[in-house]
Amino acid sequence: MKYQSQAVAKYYFIAAIALFVGQILFGLIMGLQYVMGDFLFPEIPFNVARMVHTNLLIVWLLFGFMGSAYYLVPEEAETELFSPKLALIMFWVFLAAGVLTILGYLMVPYATLADITGNSLLPTMGREFLEQPTITKIGIVVVALAFLFNIGMTALKGRKTVITLVLLIGLLGLAVFFLFSFYNPINLVKDKFYWWWVVHLWVEGVWELILGAILAFVLIKTTGVDREVIEKWLYIIIAMSLITGIIGTGHHYYWIGTPRYWQWWGSIFSAMEPIPFFMMTIFAFNMVNQRRRNHPNQAAVLWALGTSVMAFLGAGVWGFMHTLAPVNYYTHGTQITAAHGHLAFFGAYVMIVLTMISYAMPMLRGREAANSNKSQVVEMWSFWLMTVSMVFITLFLTGAGIAQVYLQRYSDTPQAFMVVQEKLATFYWMREVAGVVFLIGLITYISSFFVGGKEAEEIA
Amino acid sequence: MSQTFTKSMARNIFYGGSLFFFLLFIALSVDTSEAIPKQNAKAIITPQVAMGKRIWEDNDCIGCHTILGEGAYFAPELGNVYKRFGNSTDAIKAFIKSRPKNGIPGRRSMPQFNFNEKQLSAIAAFLKYASEIDTNGWPPNIQG
Repeated sequence: MKYQSQAVAKYYFIAAIALFVGQILFGLIMGLQYVMGDFLFPEIPFNVARMVHTNLLIVWLLFGFMGSAYYLVPEEAETELFSPKLALIMFWVFLAAGVLTILGYLMVPYATLADITGNSLLPTMGREFLEQPTITKIGIVVVALAFLFNIGMTALKGRKTVITLVLLIGLLGLAVFFLFSFYNPINLVKDKFYWWWVVHLWVEGVWELILGAILAFVLIKTTGVDREVIEKWLYIIIAMSLITGIIGTGHHYYWIGTPRYWQWWGSIFSAMEPIPFFMMTIFAFNMVNQRRRNHPNQAAVLWALGTSVMAFLGAGVWGFMHTLAPVNYYTHGTQITAAHGHLAFFGAYVMIVLTMISYAMPMLRGREAANSNKSQVVEMWSFWLMTVSMVFITLFLTGAGIAQVYLQRYSDTPQAFMVVQEKLATFYWMREVAGVVFLIGLITYISSFFVGGKEAEEIA
Repeated sequence: MSQTFTKSMARNIFYGGSLFFFLLFIALSVDTSEAIPKQNAKAIITPQVAMGKRIWEDNDCIGCHTILGEGAYFAPELGNVYKRFGNSTDAIKAFIKSRPKNGIPGRRSMPQFNFNEKQLSAIAAFLKYASEIDTNGWPPNIQG
């Protein structure tokens, strides 16, 4: 750690991991409710478990992005953080807002939560992923602005690098597009149309800039490859992300009451969305092959390579599978979507945050450059347990999805939704087993922070 | 990458390409905003529909169901439930009203929300409205 103020990142990373655990526990509850419909009913209905699962994911990834920025920007800018104090205050504000919101979901019926937080004054609640009370949304905006100010001022007073710039554009886009969560017209078509300006333009737009910037940073640090080379790759990757991804939003506009021309725009551009992810894979492996040093933190290199592959599979391949309009006509809103969502979020965003934590945490905890060999071995075990089990979750959901599409949508005698769901029980049970393995992987991951702490680092 | 392809070229592609396609996206969105009311002239928004949408949101119905294919995949599609229930708002109301308070042993069940008659009518009106949106022929069949 070159700059004292980078230490604030540690708070963000620890909170991220803690919330990650909560996310997985609720994922397992939901998985069980898929096959044991009355599990925890009516105390924790499925929709509550689901909003806890997805909102915890979003919040912990945001903690991860912010922690990454607080670590990365001072080092890139070669200066102390503009205000470590502001970063710490915002940490506690964001954590309190996040925890209170989750507790609100769990302790009172959602309608009561909407009532006591004054949702009728500015109704924004009750939409997928944007379930947070309006007051929480305003809190998110405040935290994001303070964060951008802090990071922006740090970048301005120091060295300006492409990585910082790309990260800042990504984070600024994240804040700007979130503002569309406050626009909630009665017209269901318009509501859906602009809802995607938050959801799609985040995960298939500006978040890819954040992903690219963090990946580029870790690769520079761990491979020692010339910055010029890495920055050129970064520019061309994010160029392809936005060139394909912005119009690619059209793949959500096939069946929601919008004009037919979106079937062409959406199909053509979203079919190209795997390109930047494929380039990212080539990029990561090339840089590691051309490395000028062997960094002692081999776990971080594994995460970096892993995220480049899994993002391509989850976001790229599994996205492409159902993105063309004639295919999507049958797969829209089935378990195929759930399969894609799981592998894409894990491969692209979970793994990039874990890459950064893996790289930065040893230094944040006072080590020279890396954890001991013993700790890294445990961490690599957790990498494989989580990655392989997530691949299996995805495969089982894909199997369920294909069967669902056939039975409910494609066969000559389409069957009712609930009838079909019962026939998919085997797939759902196997998914739940894979989910338990994922939890074991996560426990292994956390335990890697507590083993081999006193042992020396490997000299690379 | 070869030396002839420089970093500044990559940068220009990023800025130029992103800006161009973002502007194109805005243009398409403006056109879509104007087209939506025409395409969905049959789907009329009344004060009752507006109330129904708020109830829909305040109870996070989308946390289990999909509507026009978006939402959770735990419970049936509701964009066409009005048609599936024989073009009957009464059937929708009766279904919501009849949910057992403590669920059904071993099975998925919708919670009992204890809505009053006015609320039930509003939700049914909202779902009828949703079924009248022109979705370019989706879903493939009545099962949603």
